[in-house]
Amino acid sequence: MDEQVRVTADRAPVIEPGHTFGTVTEKISAIVLTRPASNGWFAGFGIAFMLTMMMLFAIGYLFLKGIGIWGVTIPIGWGFAIVNFVWWIGIGHAGTLISAILLLLRQSWRNSINRFAEAMTLFAVACAGIFPAIHVGRPWLAYWLFPYPNSMGVWPQFRSPLMWDVFAVSTYATISALFWFIGLIPDLATLRDRTENRWLKIVYGILSFGWRGSARHWHRYETAYLLLAGLATPLVLSVHTVVSFDFAVGIVPGWHTTIFPPYFVAGAIYSGFAMVLMLAIPIRKIYGLEDFITERHLQNSAKVMLATGLIVAYGYGIEAFMGWYGGDRYDAFTLWNRLHGPYAPLYYALLACNIFIPQVLWIRKLRTSPVALFFISGVILVGMWLERFIIVVVSLHRDFLTSSWGMYYPTRWDWMTYIGTLGMFLMLMFLFLRILPAISIFEMRTLLPEAEVRE
Amino acid sequence: MSQIFHRSTNTLSRATIFGAVFVVAALAWVAMEVQRSPYITYAGVRKPQPVPFSHQHHVTGLGVDCRYCHTSVETSSFAGIPPTKTCMNCHSQIWTNAQLLDPVRASYKSGESLQWTRVNQLPDFVYFNHSIHINKGVGCNTCHGPVDQMPLMYQQESLQMEWCLGCHRAPEKNLRPRDQVFNMRYQQPTSANPVLVDGQSYTDQAELGTALVKKYNVRSVKDITTCSTCHR
Repeated sequence: MDEQVRVTADRAPVIEPGHTFGTVTEKISAIVLTRPASNGWFAGFGIAFMLTMMMLFAIGYLFLKGIGIWGVTIPIGWGFAIVNFVWWIGIGHAGTLISAILLLLRQSWRNSINRFAEAMTLFAVACAGIFPAIHVGRPWLAYWLFPYPNSMGVWPQFRSPLMWDVFAVSTYATISALFWFIGLIPDLATLRDRTENRWLKIVYGILSFGWRGSARHWHRYETAYLLLAGLATPLVLSVHTVVSFDFAVGIVPGWHTTIFPPYFVAGAIYSGFAMVLMLAIPIRKIYGLEDFITERHLQNSAKVMLATGLIVAYGYGIEAFMGWYGGDRYDAFTLWNRLHGPYAPLYYALLACNIFIPQVLWIRKLRTSPVALFFISGVILVGMWLERFIIVVVSLHRDFLTSSWGMYYPTRWDWMTYIGTLGMFLMLMFLFLRILPAISIFEMRTLLPEAEVRE
Repeated sequence: MSQIFHRSTNTLSRATIFGAVFVVAALAWVAMEVQRSPYITYAGVRKPQPVPFSHQHHVTGLGVDCRYCHTSVETSSFAGIPPTKTCMNCHSQIWTNAQLLDPVRASYKSGESLQWTRVNQLPDFVYFNHSIHINKGVGCNTCHGPVDQMPLMYQQESLQMEWCLGCHRAPEKNLRPRDQVFNMRYQQPTSANPVLVDGQSYTDQAELGTALVKKYNVRSVKDITTCSTCHR
């Protein structure tokens, strides 16, 4: 514990010195309880809300007219819907990595970013979950994907990765929500005890399930939390693995690649941390949380991004290498097509965004600069979107038969749905910031010197 | 500071957690029941007809064979509803003044078809073939119920896919000798009431069915439960 708060020359602390239980609690709960909503919040929420409405409009029109309003065609049956699904699911993974894997590794720097990273997971999964449900031609029959005793005597095909997606994503959403909510219970009790408003007391009182903070509560809480973290860790690895199977199980050159499972997971954490930073940097600035989300957090996140980014770079390298080494003319053509085909500019943009530009994270000065990190994270998010676009669309548009080569041009409805999910994500984030503590209060308290137990 | 929640909240919270189990179970049960109920399937619903045609009267009362009216049932996928002409074979001579038969006579005079309401209606993505079932020894009343006792026609079974598959997965449970297909009073064999096929007497449906599956070359369960059997 002592090590965590010591300020040394080369290591920023996970919490600035001088805080007490009182100041930590006050600072975090004030965002929810006392601080009035600013004009900026209303403006941001309003824009995000309007984008959400645009998404609902696009989906409504989709249900009315059919899937043909999108740019998908016969060679390229999967377009933006799958690209965005994989992108959003990937973003969600950093939240679980931070809250579960870093908990198992006993990393104290997770404490101040885990709450909103988990919220980010939930909202990203909510955005991702839309796409598998609406990209099917008959969305009203999507419940056929669930195994239930029906009057048709028919069950889902358990050999299809799209079927596994249903289980992976629904389990992931459930466990993430549970994990997040269990983490919230002690904090909801804090809010319950601090608010003056009677109705809020009742609401937070119901949500905190009568948490009294007894030793027995805490003991069981820690056990449950650790068990869930142990469950969520293989889950987070398997969910994006299952998502990668959507492609790797197919026979399409550019898809049928055994490296996909680990490389998709690494990419997920890569893009997820980029999103965490893109959220954390403005949040800490606007709400004055620099004491809690310190330079150390930015640095560590940047290092995780650098590490996973290198795994992703290795993945691109292996894909390119196997195109040559495998001796399969279709695989070789897939590589050639990425480098010289009609979508080549996107591939070069991908290499720039995901491999070359993030290498500046080796420079310590940029790792500690919020502004630089914000922009690099944005570049990575674009790059990871491009990666999914390249995998999905560029592999499909030219494969085995030259007579079935085509092009994919997204329509306005593709864009409206995608940008709309961004709006929905932000809208939920805005609501979360105002309604729930964005930083885990009780876990921040454990970082304080006062919490230290002396033998 | 006063307590937020009254003591009674303890009972309430226990009741909600305990009750949730029942609510979920009840919802699942309702969903299960509704998807198989006559509300969805129309099984047992007597639909109005232009003429209240009574199968009971014509079959039990007069002893008309099924194939007299439903002529194509042995050769065609569609059993056919008899044209007005079939009715008029008799009704040009008997009950010529009956008010009940006004629409039939009108149809005969004008040439306009009688607009019967279809009772056993499958969706168009299902290809059902009557003749194959008749020729493999499936009796009329196995699927259509006791039509000889129906004053007004109704659908006996749900016609849902699980019902079709139930028989296709175990056809021996329902097969009967071909010469008994149109016998509406046929009974499955018992020791008191054996069924004779090729000189051999059967007292048990399992034995009879297995023999008939072989005799009529009923294809394997795998064959007759593939999608292409019906969803062509």
